[in-house]
Amino acid sequence: MRRIVLWLLSTISCLVLLFGYHMSTSGPLATSASSAILSGTTQSFTSSNGTRRSSRSGSGSTKTSSSGSRPSKTTNVTGSVADTQWGPVQVELTVHGSRISKVTVVQYPTGQSLDLQINGYALPILTKETISAQSAKIDMVSGATITSTGYIQSLQSALDQAGL
Amino acid sequence: MSADVVDAASSPRIASMTTPWPTPTWPVHRRVEHLMGMPISLAFRGRFAGHDRGEAAWQEALEILHHIDRTFSTYRPDSMISRLDRAELRVDDCPPDVIEVLELAERARQQSAGAFDIRRRGLDGDVHLDPSGVVKGWAVERAARALEKLPDTDFCIAAGGDMVCRTKLPSAPAWRIGIEDPNDPDRVLAVVPIHNGAIATSGLSRRGSHIVDARTGHTPTALASVTVIGPCLTWADIDATAAFALGADAARWLQGREGRQGLVVWSDGTPEHVGAGTSAP
Repeated sequence: MRRIVLWLLSTISCLVLLFGYHMSTSGPLATSASSAILSGTTQSFTSSNGTRRSSRSGSGSTKTSSSGSRPSKTTNVTGSVADTQWGPVQVELTVHGSRISKVTVVQYPTGQSLDLQINGYALPILTKETISAQSAKIDMVSGATITSTGYIQSLQSALDQAGL
Repeated sequence: MSADVVDAASSPRIASMTTPWPTPTWPVHRRVEHLMGMPISLAFRGRFAGHDRGEAAWQEALEILHHIDRTFSTYRPDSMISRLDRAELRVDDCPPDVIEVLELAERARQQSAGAFDIRRRGLDGDVHLDPSGVVKGWAVERAARALEKLPDTDFCIAAGGDMVCRTKLPSAPAWRIGIEDPNDPDRVLAVVPIHNGAIATSGLSRRGSHIVDARTGHTPTALASVTVIGPCLTWADIDATAAFALGADAARWLQGREGRQGLVVWSDGTPEHVGAGTSAP
């Protein structure tokens, strides 16, 4: 019985994969990730191929206020174009006071996913609409404690089955 | 424990499905075992993934989890924690691992203003010890050490939705982690690329009401889920649970936690990014 269920699941996964193809080419991932990161002294961005680049500012700077008592002001800061092996990457930050309130990728290599990292960890890239796991190019799923009983219906099991 | 090992990479039917996006040079191998009432999933790629040495490391990781379960399970009457709870043992008599977990729990209680507490009142009216809110992330981090020893091998090890991600291969793509939509577990709300780090999610969507605000004994209703991303899983897991327990204060509290980022999903489904504090004001 279990075998049949597993077989069915993997078949369904394949079907969803086929349908998911269209969605993945139409760009389900949002091209901007809004965030509220307290700016540090240095921010670095890592492009999808892992090339680490300092965010040397082009038309502005992300100096942090050491006094912290200045009135908050919103400015946009556009980084210089970074050449990666995949192509040029350019990022724009919206800075409110001493906080980054938004990160927008203004230029990125066509066809490459947006792997934005700040301080070594990634920002969640919010999807404009929720998308099916199969079209999101994901390796694993983080969710509220998945128990073994709920596992067979869960997304993680689909991923384990399909080896996506 | 069932011997339910799934290796999709070796399944010819699935392997014949070509993925529409550029695939990494190394195929991803996957393993699943059920342990401690939850699935333990491994995705790995690189030199030793799918080879004997990789299998041995995976078995060692599972053995570490087994050992921790025997020590910390509240479901096993003979576990160290159960004996401690019945006052058959004193804390001083416990091995260093147990003391480490109890100390982590105490720090979490203090830093969350008491919302996170491993001691809580049970149905019998007595206060019982349940360190599972600390143990899960801590245990997976311990288990990951076995996989860490594999040279040139990237891995991502998860226990029930909380995971450690590691890349070692040059120009390895980040592991892409989907954050489950708490209102529809078949869908993802966000995607997080992680090269090296941890991610944990707390919420109520799977087990029902298992997180309470220890100050009130009630389950918070302001949130659907909290996801925390950080350098280590022990604290990502603790912080996700503590933030959830804090309810309406979750996002504000998480904002003040150094080195953490996250996604708070309010009960109406609205997601909110939370950034990490990195420097002194």
